Amino acid sequence: MSEQNLRSHVGPYFGEFGGRFVPESLIAALDELEATYNTAKADPAFAIELAELHRTYTGRPSIITEAKRFAEHCGNDVRVFLKREDLNHTGSHKINNVIGQALLTKRMGKTRIIAETGAGQHGVASATAAALFGLECVVYMGEVDTERQALNVARMKLLGAEVIPVKTGSRTLKDAINEALRDWVANVENTHYLLGTVAGPHPFPTMVRDFHSVIGTEARQQMLDEFGFLPTALAACVGGGSNAIGLFHAFLDDADVKMFGYEAAGDGMDTPRHAATLNYGRPGVLHGARSYMLQDEDGQTMESHSISAGLDYPGVGPEHSWLKDLGRVEYRGISDAEAMDALRLLSRTEGIIPAIETSHALAGVIKLGKELPAGSSVLINLSGRGDKDMETAGKYFGLLDAAKAGN
Amino acid sequence: MISQTSAVLKANKAAGNGNLIGYFPAGYPTLDESIEASIAMCQNGVDVLELGVPYSDPVMDGIVIQEATMTALENGFKLKQTFDAVREITAKVDTPVLVMTYWNPVIQYGIENFARDLAAAGGAGLITPDLIPDEAAEWLEISDKYELDRVFLGTPSSSPERMKTACDLSRGFVYAVSTMGITGARAEVDANARKVVAKVREASETANTAVGIGISTADQVVEVNSYSDGAIVGSAFVRAYADGGVEALVAKTVELSARLKN
Repeated sequence: MSEQNLRSHVGPYFGEFGGRFVPESLIAALDELEATYNTAKADPAFAIELAELHRTYTGRPSIITEAKRFAEHCGNDVRVFLKREDLNHTGSHKINNVIGQALLTKRMGKTRIIAETGAGQHGVASATAAALFGLECVVYMGEVDTERQALNVARMKLLGAEVIPVKTGSRTLKDAINEALRDWVANVENTHYLLGTVAGPHPFPTMVRDFHSVIGTEARQQMLDEFGFLPTALAACVGGGSNAIGLFHAFLDDADVKMFGYEAAGDGMDTPRHAATLNYGRPGVLHGARSYMLQDEDGQTMESHSISAGLDYPGVGPEHSWLKDLGRVEYRGISDAEAMDALRLLSRTEGIIPAIETSHALAGVIKLGKELPAGSSVLINLSGRGDKDMETAGKYFGLLDAAKAGN
Repeated sequence: MISQTSAVLKANKAAGNGNLIGYFPAGYPTLDESIEASIAMCQNGVDVLELGVPYSDPVMDGIVIQEATMTALENGFKLKQTFDAVREITAKVDTPVLVMTYWNPVIQYGIENFARDLAAAGGAGLITPDLIPDEAAEWLEISDKYELDRVFLGTPSSSPERMKTACDLSRGFVYAVSTMGITGARAEVDANARKVVAKVREASETANTAVGIGISTADQVVEVNSYSDGAIVGSAFVRAYADGGVEALVAKTVELSARLKN
């Protein structure tokens, strides 16, 4: 297997994965988006405008924090570094892609954006960009998720977005994407679908990856400048896979840098209640692309399960499927319980409360560190902050009951 | 090869009649009832049957069809029962039966397996709402091998080049999407419908085209037939069945087809 030149790969296909499996009604819009994106990519003014927004609005570059006390729990003599995407405006990596696509929306002369959201992070980022650029914004969110992420629903509404709870199917992220696609088919003339992950039909997987690749590009240079070496391994959580590909992409051709993606194992890898698509799925077509997905023998999409709304998705971006089959990235599962323990551990050792999604990567590194040789280093994408998860975490750890009891 | 679907559409038009293409989901509410309902539609005025395969993520369908197909899945519908339904329907009526299916179930069953079993059951071909010609290389080859119809979509936003591809590669008819939207009844079929049909005519002198999405009344069926080769009705039939069973479904079929026949 050659590990060279993986970085230069673009869609529509990643090996046998990717493509465009959508109704003909959307093809003209996808072609327009692709053309607009290609023009923008070749236009230095676009890069300057995006970089300036990231500097003055997003808060880029995000810093790297060495997590020394947390690292004590990750095996012997392993250094752990956190790429702090949680410090971005709106609290996660999602803003990187949203700002980029909002600029493209303006270029296309469209006035309305729609978005799907699971944990609410992408919805909040989309609502934020809509406010900044004066766009109408509708966010589709599974009804189950509106309940477990109520705080983010309030944030989106405060920002002026309309939030539509999706009551069909499993009432989670998968169904929110279906509903957003239906809206897009009907309103494609004035509407851009601001897809929030590296899934969907071409050009989304390539374009969203490119907008997030700033994470790894910055981190790689920061590691070299501040510490003088590249990490032994990278770690990130994987639902659709946007934060993971954002970190991995700049390092894909650094053959010595190992990469680990952590999927949600829900109740556990030995149970049927999980969202470990790359571990337990098989290739199929979902939401416009060919990729690994959780499905039954008839090709019906299966429901995924995770305490984390952002990882509770039975599909995954096509580039991840390709990287898995190439053996370039290893994908592992982390249970709800392991993730929640890691969330608490990072909070108590570093004073950083991570998102539950991100906590899957942290839990992964607690285990991974013990497999790595002494002197190794791991760079984790700290993709989001945990403020939105206080209700879930409060219940999980019994903190809310304790507060009520006056403890 | 001669497409059975195309032959029916052309014969009716040549006789001065119109065409009504009716959708019903396999397995809704149960397999047996869906077979009974489909046969009743064919015996009461539907010229081509569009038998839907229930699928977990039907992005082209509105709420009426979504709810019906979810009911079918909840009641235990299995993909291979599609072929049982086709076999039993075609044993009773001569109406061409096209299967409308999202693409993942076909991939998982195996494209060739699916084509072979569909042909063996007497099915006429496939309507594939989320398979564009660009991704259909394998299906083009296999549908030729098993002499099956393949219906691709043409839409108001399709470029002339794409419309020509849809016309050249479709067999049976081109599904003219009347409006930018998903399935479901609309008060007025968009003026876009005429434009789409005109685009098909520009792209091809021979391709049949039937108009779908949003058609629910006899007036719409007649109007659409005045400039195209047929009207496709789905949600209105499913809603009729949901409200009043086979009796209401037959009444709706008669109502929508009555003015098409001389």
